[in-house]
Amino acid sequence: MIDTFAALAHGMAVAIQPMNLLYALIGVFLGTAVGVLPGIGPALTVALLLPVTYKLDPGGSLIMFAGIYYGGMYGGSTTAILINTPGESASMATALEGNKMAKAGRGGPALATSAIGSFVAGTIATIGLAFLAPWLVDVAVRFGPEDYFALMCVAFVTVSATFGDSPVRGLTSLFIGLTLGLVGIDKLTGQARLAFGVPELLDGVEVTTLAVGLFAVGEALYVASRRRHTEEKLEPVRGSLWMTKEDWKRSWKPWLRGTMFGFPIGALPAGGAEIPTFLSYSTEKRLTKHPEEFGKGAIEGVAGPEAANNASAAGTLVPLLTLGLPTSATAAMMLAGFQQYGLNPGPLLFAERPDLVWGLIASLFIANCMLLVLNLPLVGLWVRLLAVPQPWLYAGILVFATMGTIAAKPSAIELSMLAGFGVLGFLMRRFDFPIAPVVVGLILGPIAESQLRRALAISLGDPMTLAQSPISATLLAVALIALLAPFVLKGLGRFKANED
Amino acid sequence: MFRFPTRLLGAAVALGLAAANPAFAQQLELKLMAPAAPGGGWDQTARSMQQALVASGVARSVQVTNVPGAGGSVGIAQFVNGAKGDGNQMMVNGFVMVGALAMNKSPVTLEQVTPIARLTEEIQVIVVPANSPIKNAQDLAAAVKADIAKVTFAGGSAGGVDHVMAALFAGAVGADPKKINYIPFSGGGESLAAILGGKVTAGISGLSEYEGQIKSGKLRALGVTSEKRIAGSDIPTFREQGVDLVIANWRSVVAPPGITPEQRKTLSDAVEKMVKSDAWKEILKQKGWEDAYLGGDAFADFLKKEAVRVTDVLKSVGLVKS
Repeated sequence: MIDTFAALAHGMAVAIQPMNLLYALIGVFLGTAVGVLPGIGPALTVALLLPVTYKLDPGGSLIMFAGIYYGGMYGGSTTAILINTPGESASMATALEGNKMAKAGRGGPALATSAIGSFVAGTIATIGLAFLAPWLVDVAVRFGPEDYFALMCVAFVTVSATFGDSPVRGLTSLFIGLTLGLVGIDKLTGQARLAFGVPELLDGVEVTTLAVGLFAVGEALYVASRRRHTEEKLEPVRGSLWMTKEDWKRSWKPWLRGTMFGFPIGALPAGGAEIPTFLSYSTEKRLTKHPEEFGKGAIEGVAGPEAANNASAAGTLVPLLTLGLPTSATAAMMLAGFQQYGLNPGPLLFAERPDLVWGLIASLFIANCMLLVLNLPLVGLWVRLLAVPQPWLYAGILVFATMGTIAAKPSAIELSMLAGFGVLGFLMRRFDFPIAPVVVGLILGPIAESQLRRALAISLGDPMTLAQSPISATLLAVALIALLAPFVLKGLGRFKANED
Repeated sequence: MFRFPTRLLGAAVALGLAAANPAFAQQLELKLMAPAAPGGGWDQTARSMQQALVASGVARSVQVTNVPGAGGSVGIAQFVNGAKGDGNQMMVNGFVMVGALAMNKSPVTLEQVTPIARLTEEIQVIVVPANSPIKNAQDLAAAVKADIAKVTFAGGSAGGVDHVMAALFAGAVGADPKKINYIPFSGGGESLAAILGGKVTAGISGLSEYEGQIKSGKLRALGVTSEKRIAGSDIPTFREQGVDLVIANWRSVVAPPGITPEQRKTLSDAVEKMVKSDAWKEILKQKGWEDAYLGGDAFADFLKKEAVRVTDVLKSVGLVKS
């Protein structure tokens, strides 16, 4: 423990060197900027910067990459809240309540709770990274395919129960997403499914294309279709621009709970940022004292997922630094960054280059502080964006969405898909189907499928493997209880009513 | 419509000058396609080439474009159709593309491109967790022969070099490659977690990816797939352990179809010069890539043989329907 403190103090000394501070500032600024653009994620930015940073010293450029990573997480949520266009899949859950808040004139508090929540979660998770990394990674590698499958089951149950007015509508949306998830080359046998001979479809449906199509384009079409009937009046600010006392009271618990979801799941080699954000959203919806506000802009629904999102970013660094295991696209690029300097992250890195590792961890703290300083004053400026007349705003969103998609994958087919998903999003809104489960299905469906098939291949086809692993058995039991509990409770309620 | 002939003319002038006077060779302006997303092996190869070509003065500018999709199937289709006859374009490719084209029933094949040179290769390794009872290649061979289904191999995507290697290992020790229990993981070291966690019997990957784990003693390397031992390494080859398994994950560069012999020579010379430059050697050292330069007809021949070998293996494991 003492050693860790000493090492961290040494790392701080490395990180606050003026040049390193400058790299961190450039990193968070670039990260925020690219996070705002859908399609151009932090991974692509790091990739493009790799050759540029070749001449810099390793510490400085890695610190910059870490800044881009954290900054990207912030930027993605800004557009999610303001214009319902999640910059990346991890900020999708934020868009659900965040955009409703923005439309109700509470964009300021939404952005503030997301910035402060990210800061709190990022800081706690970075402390976790400093102290728990070696221990956590031992637990993480024990997670086998069967355990991941069980975790997915928990996610499916909670998500389908959370969204939409009726389970049937939620499940319908989920199955659309699962079907889209089948498109492309089957990971285990290499055979193409539902690709209809189109080579661009062989890699499957891009998550950001689907999310941007459903959320942003769908929304623009819907707004356009309603315009003739009633013009929706957007007020950029109603009430306070800043978080009120009540907002703080309703935010701090979701921040902490979000962190508890985000950090450990992010540290799992196949965890990712999407599952914790949706688990956090579902949890907050269930625990809130204001259930009537969910779906209309509840601050808990922004605070929790945002915290989870940022905590998972720190979690991702656990396997990267201790095992050399990149678990997200950005982490993979950072690994390439390490290798560019002939450094191999892994168990030896902490021993061989402590200055680098602890300098990186310390600069994560600093990047977090910078982001808070950079983002809070901008809140007032960002919400002004909502005052732009609606036709202009939505035209802008369409241009923005198209540009992002083209930048990520320059192909006519990708653009047609964006348009197609936009129409789908419009129809789903028109007929009252929830949109988020479609994206959840696309992200989690393929993971659940390949993990289950891997588990069965390892056990030579014996399904009992799912019950034999204690982790998997526990998670499956949780999923089963979550599935049955509402029915049982309803039954008990009726029983009680009869007694009266 | 006006731009095309002008560009051709410009290229012809540049080439003419280059042929007349070697000092003008640096007028080369190349376009280099990486048929994969930024960050992967092909992209890194392309960007390293860009760096070395410019640094060594072989080319004045090199522009890298990424066309990701389906193991390079999307990229090569665009390359063959869009760059036909253009002597200023090249594309990076490698082992994985051979299998991907066969599996995706791609209408475009590697026979259509103009081979330039093989550049690098990465030696492959089979590892087991440190506490595994399997100590060497012979132990693994015995386990495979005893019950092939119970030996689970973790590696990269289906039909990739790791998968082909698992099948070749089974074949080399006298087991039926069709019955291998190969479990593909998506890139990014997901398989490493499964190996360290003892979920699978053995793992297959490029040596550099597992080097840290092997040095720290968390993984035991059973053997490497090079012909001779790697200098300074104490990991035995499969050959010296009596298993005839030689394979490498090679990467190469090709030109579009329909270019003239002169254009081909210009590109080949440029690549050869680049390979010999200090800038390139420095990059190889940093990335841990083996220099595997093979130019001209020898490379064309190698490409043909490798395509036959890989397709045969993929047919034998049922990934490619014959």
